[in-house]
Amino acid sequence: MSQDAYNYLFIGLSFALYIGIAIRQRAGSTKEYYTAGGGVSPFANGMATAADWMSAATFISMAGLLATSGYDGSRLLMGWTGGFVLLTVLMVPFLRKFGKATVPDFVGDRFYSKTARLVAVVCAIFICLTYIMGQMRGVGVVFSQLFEVEIATGVWIGGAIVFFYAGLGGMKGITYTQVAQYCVMVFAYTIPAVFIAIALTDSVIPQLGFIGNYTAGETAIPFLQKLDNVNKELGFAAYTSGSLSKIDMFCITAALMCGTAGLPHVIVRFFTVKNVKAVRTSACWTLGFIAVIYLTAPTIGGFARVNLIESLHDTPHTEAPAWFKDFEKTGQMAWQDKNGDGKIQYFGPEREKIGDLNELTYGADIMVMANPHMAGLPKWAIALLMTGCIAAALSTAAGLLLVLSTAISHDLMKKVIKPNLSDREEINYARMASLGALLVAIYFGINPPAAFIAKTVAFAFGMAASSFFPTLLMGIFSRRMNKEGAIAGMAVGILFTLGYIIYFQFMGGTKDQHLLGISPEGIGFVGMLLNFGVAAIVASFTPPPPKEVTDLLDVVRYPDTQEEESVIAPH
Amino acid sequence: MGKTNAARERYWKANLKYVGGLLTVWFIVSFGCGILFRDWLDVHFPHVGSAPFGFWMAQQGSIICFVFILIAYAILMGRLDDTYNHDEEDQS
Repeated sequence: MSQDAYNYLFIGLSFALYIGIAIRQRAGSTKEYYTAGGGVSPFANGMATAADWMSAATFISMAGLLATSGYDGSRLLMGWTGGFVLLTVLMVPFLRKFGKATVPDFVGDRFYSKTARLVAVVCAIFICLTYIMGQMRGVGVVFSQLFEVEIATGVWIGGAIVFFYAGLGGMKGITYTQVAQYCVMVFAYTIPAVFIAIALTDSVIPQLGFIGNYTAGETAIPFLQKLDNVNKELGFAAYTSGSLSKIDMFCITAALMCGTAGLPHVIVRFFTVKNVKAVRTSACWTLGFIAVIYLTAPTIGGFARVNLIESLHDTPHTEAPAWFKDFEKTGQMAWQDKNGDGKIQYFGPEREKIGDLNELTYGADIMVMANPHMAGLPKWAIALLMTGCIAAALSTAAGLLLVLSTAISHDLMKKVIKPNLSDREEINYARMASLGALLVAIYFGINPPAAFIAKTVAFAFGMAASSFFPTLLMGIFSRRMNKEGAIAGMAVGILFTLGYIIYFQFMGGTKDQHLLGISPEGIGFVGMLLNFGVAAIVASFTPPPPKEVTDLLDVVRYPDTQEEESVIAPH
Repeated sequence: MGKTNAARERYWKANLKYVGGLLTVWFIVSFGCGILFRDWLDVHFPHVGSAPFGFWMAQQGSIICFVFILIAYAILMGRLDDTYNHDEEDQS
């Protein structure tokens, strides 16, 4: 059977599975549409959340970024998993207890104001949109590979599938399909890694191979040593040292962490379990499931790096492996014979300084897809990986679209503009909103605002860190925080962050203009500090919140208060 | 119902104490070991396999610690909820 046949077979089967589940679990009411009726087991919810979490950025782009940037890539590893800790201990149990189905809903009630709700809706829209853009790009990369078409066409195909899929089932359908998707993803991610680990390091467990010896060469040397050697030889920074400044690294990691804790589509996930105790158990499962993939990612990155260089550098183009030509066809890898010797030379900045010409260019996003080809894995393993990539992008995009459409239909239409909306109409508005959002996301998927998927996604986290994270935190832990403070803080935080990103990504700002050397990826951390500061100052000059609201806080803080009423009922 | 304010206050204080403690560990393993003191740890701490300690913490160790932090949180809070509920029985 040919590679294409395997790909179609695996992807077709996985789709049949997802659609089958989605149809069986079709949402009947708005409550089921938004939160699956609130009765999902912690284990299943943990898996679904992990699938939601593991986006195309994680699945496709992260290992690629680790491969090209070595230690610097740790910011994504620590940022995304560390943020989950913040989310679990600082946010979710309290928000769950408060019993509001969406983040703008919490903000609107806690800060007793329609304006606050509106600002929160706008923030949610911006964050989710940016995040979906990254996902659409990921879907595009995979489909362009599958059908051997340009990425733009791939994005359109993916968009059509995501729309159909997200509108179909609502939260209930999504939760159970995501369980299936997690299973697909974890096999798709770890199996190729195991094969490659055996080939390169003689170790069955990739994490041990990573810190063990490289045995594919003539003499066995420590694998990381090997990585540092090949990198330095070709003029790149040593794999284990990295090139970002400490302050930038700190800020980006912090922005990713706090952003994770403010991501609306993940927070809403914890409304699908029974009670606060189940939320905590569910969070342990989720992080456990996430860790399986996150601990494998750096090993895949490292292995891919060695493989890429060993199989391409100094190889005559005519003898280059078949997969290289496939990637050239879709424009994801390119070779330009600058010195006319017919061989592929791959050099980093240090070697280019002394006059060596780099002839190989490729997008880091392609590394994970190329990895099994480079390692010569069996065809079914490659097909499995593709299926996993699509699962990752679909699950996250669908979850995000759901939150986005909820923000518009529930928080904007129902709560602010047209309070007498019926259940049916509300779901219809939700579907229209997701179509609109998807079209915008497709446009930016084709014209991405940053070179890597992971970078686009990092912007979304920056915005979440500067708007929702501080506001939610103050809303839960401070009795004094009032609506004026919260609104001012959110507005200043997100405008500052968005402005900084737009200035440097779209208006040609240069590196030496960076504030304190912090790149746009990390600016969300500064935006967050601004949000805290502005909110505290404004709140101290304006009247404290009314007593009803501080009473609400008691409900959130103590386990015995009004447990029955806090069961989700989004009207 | 009928919880005394003192019991509630104790519950909330204990909650804050646990969160504070766990987040301190969280900060040390990620920002501390993985970023701020990485260079020093790379040189002065024993390697993990063939990986320098700081580098390993940044790419693998911190994530493993995070999982344990959440497990500890679930256990501690579960226990706290239980004591709180027993308190209630004594009172009423």
